[in-house]
Amino acid sequence: MSAPMISLQGLSGTTVFDQSPARAKSGGCASSSCGSSAKPHEMDSAVWEKIKDHPCFSEEAHHYFARMHVAVAPACNIQCNYCNRKYDCANESRPGVVSERLTPDQALRKVIGVANEVPQLSVLGIAGPGDACYDWKNTKATFQRVAKEIADIKLCISTNGLALPDRVAELAEMNVDHVTITINMVDPRIGAKIYPWIFYDNRRYTGVEAATILHERQMSGLEMLTARGILTKINSVMIPGVNDEHLIEVNKWVKERGAFLHNVMPLISDPAHGTHYGLSGQRGPKAMELKALQDRLEGGAKLMRHCRQCRADAVGLLGEDRGQEFTLDRLPDKVTYDASKRETYRAVVARERGDRLAAKSEALGMVKTAGSGKSLLVAVATKGGGRINEHFGHAKEFQVYEASPKGISFVGHRKVEQYCLGGRAEDKSLDGVISTLEGVDIVLCARIGNCPEDRLKEGGIRATEAYGYDYIETAIGALYAAEFGSEPLAATA
Amino acid sequence: MAFKIIASQCTQCGACEFECPSGAIKFKGETYVIDPKKCTECEGTFETQQCASVCPVSKTCVPA
Ligand code: SF4
Ligand code: SF4
Ligand code: SF4
Repeated sequence: MSAPMISLQGLSGTTVFDQSPARAKSGGCASSSCGSSAKPHEMDSAVWEKIKDHPCFSEEAHHYFARMHVAVAPACNIQCNYCNRKYDCANESRPGVVSERLTPDQALRKVIGVANEVPQLSVLGIAGPGDACYDWKNTKATFQRVAKEIADIKLCISTNGLALPDRVAELAEMNVDHVTITINMVDPRIGAKIYPWIFYDNRRYTGVEAATILHERQMSGLEMLTARGILTKINSVMIPGVNDEHLIEVNKWVKERGAFLHNVMPLISDPAHGTHYGLSGQRGPKAMELKALQDRLEGGAKLMRHCRQCRADAVGLLGEDRGQEFTLDRLPDKVTYDASKRETYRAVVARERGDRLAAKSEALGMVKTAGSGKSLLVAVATKGGGRINEHFGHAKEFQVYEASPKGISFVGHRKVEQYCLGGRAEDKSLDGVISTLEGVDIVLCARIGNCPEDRLKEGGIRATEAYGYDYIETAIGALYAAEFGSEPLAATA
Repeated sequence: MAFKIIASQCTQCGACEFECPSGAIKFKGETYVIDPKKCTECEGTFETQQCASVCPVSKTCVPA
């Protein structure tokens, strides 16, 4: 078993900073995208309290906290054209694909096993394959058993929304305070192109009729959740030529109904996955197309930019999957929950977070004083903790930030094939990395060799290890100031 | 009259099991099976066979 991605040692040794929620609200977060693209100071403190340790709901939290999914609810009541439920492969990493289906008892054993080893764990989710609200008996049994053992774990579910209105009361009773609904349309004519059928009220519906029912149930489920103060994230799959333009309308509808976050995800379609879209040649969007749509949606419901479309049995920080370390056969038959690691970790994070907040505010000062109208796209190699702490060749993804007169904001991540495998550098994958980083001006990493640095330069991308182990925002602030010709000012935080 | 499940196609999602009004579907060994003695083809209860209507794989719940 490998060491946790952020070691406790690595996070400590920083200045103590009292970070109560109130402090976080008034802190220097104006600069960047703590919390989705939502800033703590814009949020009421009850909401901030709910999301601050949730890696999927809070962009800031995703640097520190980990989630795990258990696949306990395989039955589903609709069919989506991007899903093939027959497909199940241990080498795949994409939503709805899972290698380990669990009973509620097995799930409990797994959650405890992970909680004992992964101190970052804060959230237990039930997502696909299947629908957690439809396959309700399994979902409910799992949540109840886990909550009894680990009282402070946050519970969340993902659903297509069809059965959601029937479950809202029980979700509220079980203290599930985050729900994700996948909503790809508000116009049933578009829905009919995405959903071949639904199973509702004991029969199968197809076409516009099916999409109309689904749409109405999704909207009423969302309204019911909002009425009860349960935070709702909306996932939408961006399907070029089908619903890409339409998602602007979807964003308006869900915002009006109280959705807290809107997460636009790219369609993944590969003929090998055997989905309808994969087989019919429907393409997914490119990274820049996705960003362009997200930029147009800015101003509607808040956008989530850090989604990793994790597989249904993912374990760990977003962007990493340690699921393979915690398969049932690797867990002891009997497990007892030991809270000590998670508690120590939380104390360290509270300090580190305060530090990072201060650093962010300082960085924003630098960007503002530079007084330039320009923007800079920066890709960062990180292992978490909000620092530039990953080697270029080891990065499996880059986190992309944009610095502009508006501040420094997280705009997304780009997955790459690891360039350095087992100590040997692969030239072919470097070409892949360069094309994935299209549009990026500068790459920041902890280390980079001369050769890849030169190759990147030929591809028009600069790379530097000059800011290794700094906070991401601090580095970007300094970079921006240097780039656009102003002396960095002293800290104001 | 009864329905059956083509085991090689079944994804083991279990949706049919909890939709069957006759309690005819059980998980046995590696897959779900329909007990022909219990299956009523949903007659008198629903217009369409529930197992076939909910099953994500076409031609998996079929007349025996
Ligand atoms: S709701 Fe989820 S499990 Fe059901 S078909 Fe769609 S993607 Fe697949
Ligand atoms: S046809 Fe109806 S009664 Fe027979 S197995 Fe299917 S759901 Fe059950
Ligand atoms: S619904 Fe279909 S795929 Fe699911 S368990 Fe029943 S027969 Fe198998």
